[in-house]
Amino acid sequence: MLAYIVRRLLYAIPILIGVNLLTFTLFFVVNTPDDMARMQLGVKRVTPEAIEKWKAERGYDKPLLYNAGAEGAAKLTNTIFFEKSARLFIFEFGRADDGRDIGHEIRTRMGPSLAIAVPTFLLGLFVTVSFALLLAFFRATYLDFWGVVACVAMMSISGLFYIIGGQYLVSKVWHLVPISGYAGGLDAMRFLLLPVIISVIAGIGSKTRWYRTIFLEEVGKDYVRTARAKGLSEWRVMFRHVLKNAMIPILTGVVVVIPQLFLGALITESFFGIPGLGSYLIDAIQAQDFSVVRSMVFIGSVLYIVGLLLTDLSYTLVDPRVRLQ
Amino acid sequence: MMPVVLWTDALVFLLVAAAVGAGFYIRRREYLLASWRRVGESRAGMAALTVLLAFVAVGLLDSLHYRARLEAVGGKAAAGYSTEVRSALDALLQPLKAATERTYSAPLATHLYAKETVELPDGSQARLFPRLKHGGAHLKDVEAGWGRDVALRILRGLALAVLGWLTFSALAVLAAARHWGTGWPAAWRRIWRGETHFAWNAVLVMLGVLLLLAGPVVSLAGGYHVFGTDKVGQDVLYLTLKSIRTGLVIGTITTLAMLPFAVALGIAAGYLGGWVDDVIQYVYTTLNSIPDVLLIAASVLMVQVAIDTHPDWFATAAQRADARLLALCLIIGVTNWTGLCRLLRAETLKLRELEYVQAAQAFGASASRVMGRHVLPNVMHIVLIAVVMDFSGLVLAEAVLSYIGIGVDPSTISFGTMINTARLELAREPVVWWSLVAAFAFMFVLVLAANLFSDAVRDAFDPRVASRRIAFATQRKGA
Repeated sequence: MLAYIVRRLLYAIPILIGVNLLTFTLFFVVNTPDDMARMQLGVKRVTPEAIEKWKAERGYDKPLLYNAGAEGAAKLTNTIFFEKSARLFIFEFGRADDGRDIGHEIRTRMGPSLAIAVPTFLLGLFVTVSFALLLAFFRATYLDFWGVVACVAMMSISGLFYIIGGQYLVSKVWHLVPISGYAGGLDAMRFLLLPVIISVIAGIGSKTRWYRTIFLEEVGKDYVRTARAKGLSEWRVMFRHVLKNAMIPILTGVVVVIPQLFLGALITESFFGIPGLGSYLIDAIQAQDFSVVRSMVFIGSVLYIVGLLLTDLSYTLVDPRVRLQ
Repeated sequence: MMPVVLWTDALVFLLVAAAVGAGFYIRRREYLLASWRRVGESRAGMAALTVLLAFVAVGLLDSLHYRARLEAVGGKAAAGYSTEVRSALDALLQPLKAATERTYSAPLATHLYAKETVELPDGSQARLFPRLKHGGAHLKDVEAGWGRDVALRILRGLALAVLGWLTFSALAVLAAARHWGTGWPAAWRRIWRGETHFAWNAVLVMLGVLLLLAGPVVSLAGGYHVFGTDKVGQDVLYLTLKSIRTGLVIGTITTLAMLPFAVALGIAAGYLGGWVDDVIQYVYTTLNSIPDVLLIAASVLMVQVAIDTHPDWFATAAQRADARLLALCLIIGVTNWTGLCRLLRAETLKLRELEYVQAAQAFGASASRVMGRHVLPNVMHIVLIAVVMDFSGLVLAEAVLSYIGIGVDPSTISFGTMINTARLELAREPVVWWSLVAAFAFMFVLVLAANLFSDAVRDAFDPRVASRRIAFATQRKGA
């Protein structure tokens, strides 16, 4: 088991290098620092001196990969690649364009992000699994039929509609919770209630339908027939046998997103003014702050790889037939 | 006028040509036709297809672009072509496009939504809601005439719709009667009771609903802004119709662009194995490990910088916006193909061990021939299901990406840009709701139709669904 984890972690290294090279190519080779500077300073009427100054302030005035003018190891280290991209491996993110430390920002914004992402995740899982189980229990009835119709309709509605509509109705018309904002401690409840509920509702349609098919696939299997043949009630069959077995594909399917909960909810955070990583990223994109985007790309892929590893490990936990070697 | 073929236009027409070609190919092959017949039997699927075809018709009209010849000025010959790229849809909707007001006006309104200082005939000034320049401008006495005029126009639209529907139904029934060799009352009964293989009754009902909705809108649009006007006074109906093409392009070109890579790499990885498999798996794991939004954001920002720093690449603003749209499609495609590639690899791994593949190998067929002739046709159902299932998700994603600012060019009319400009208007007092509602409603109908149609396709092509259907049927019989 330990050997397996170590080997998987070693596999992660070439992938992270690949991600790093890809972002390096995108951010420094396809678009040179000169282009970035021109973009930030305004495309027209910008002097070469201003561009040089902008680059020097942010450390973009070095050679890309190989510094022929430097001595010894500095030939490789005194370059943009080493300073900006390779440093990400030790989680040193440098500074954003507005001069703030990106690492510090990420650490402080992780809290609000988790505060919205974790309840959404848990509540959403509970609600959708319950609905799917309900539909599977009443399969091939009108309840099931109209439930699926409702799911298809709900998944056809844009996520933005849930947010905009919910915000308008609950906050503006009914004045139940504040429209947007955030506060620390218990006070955060007031601000988090609406975004969490809206995110859960927005996810009901597609997930319920998906889990329903998983349940129905389980229901058709032989052990279910055996359980019925033993004279068990339909309730017992569904909850004791089908639910347990169907949770294997469901749980292993959601484990991969657990690490990404740290990244928060992109759109929701920005609509509700929650100072998490999602809104940080959107602000960075809109301000065209490439150093922040680059750091988030790296963190995102690290979390994804951790998620893949957790998924494989969770197989062994819930399904004793799986052996990792 | 000078026809202009934008990049996305070319790809759209390529797609149409491919669909027509595939149609002819399938017609001659009974085993392929059988699955499509099952799609045709699905009532929900065919009703959805009717709606989709209506959207596609609008989208295709909007893909025929041209630049109008400049009017001759002062007796001199025209000097060239306008820099404005227009489409056939623009020409058709010219009255709507030209009928701009000063600012917001509610649906079917005759007056502006905001008070303005107006000079009265006697020279004094007053704050009041001024009349619209176009909406209801034909009415002399607004208070008395408005209700009557609107009702009349709606009735006229409904009458036209019923007439059109009856004509179409009659033609369909007569054609069917000739085909079956029965009288038309018998043909009508057969269609209406759903005794036909193809779900003709669903198509006719859906067509009726569409006509009943479109008739009054068309007839009202002649004198009013049916969905109101937006902040700069543009007709919202015009904007929603223009948005359809953007949605369709994003939904189809994205998958189409990456399809060759996904199919070729997926099959190659599964069939060849070894280091090819390792390399392809490495590539898609790496791409997959970057969260989609981040990869799209990074790439779109790059494209944006490239476009902004090279204004000389594009002759017109429309071409610049189109380049960004195409780039967005390709970028979303890069984030999207990995799922399909993985599915195809897994399926090819299974197929590789089957007898017919081994027989082909034993006959000495080359690897590329086995992959092309024996593996590819047997994974096509997965490709087809993936393409139709992806569509609705992509249309929805466009709106979100445009909100973040990494979607289409702000000058491109799309559901995303409409929602993005309209969402702040909910904070106004009184609320400006119509452009938001129009955008969401059209998007909902498009995505719902796409979802229902893709379900019908999946049910017909997915062998797992087929086995589940049998289990379902036996269970229902037993109960």
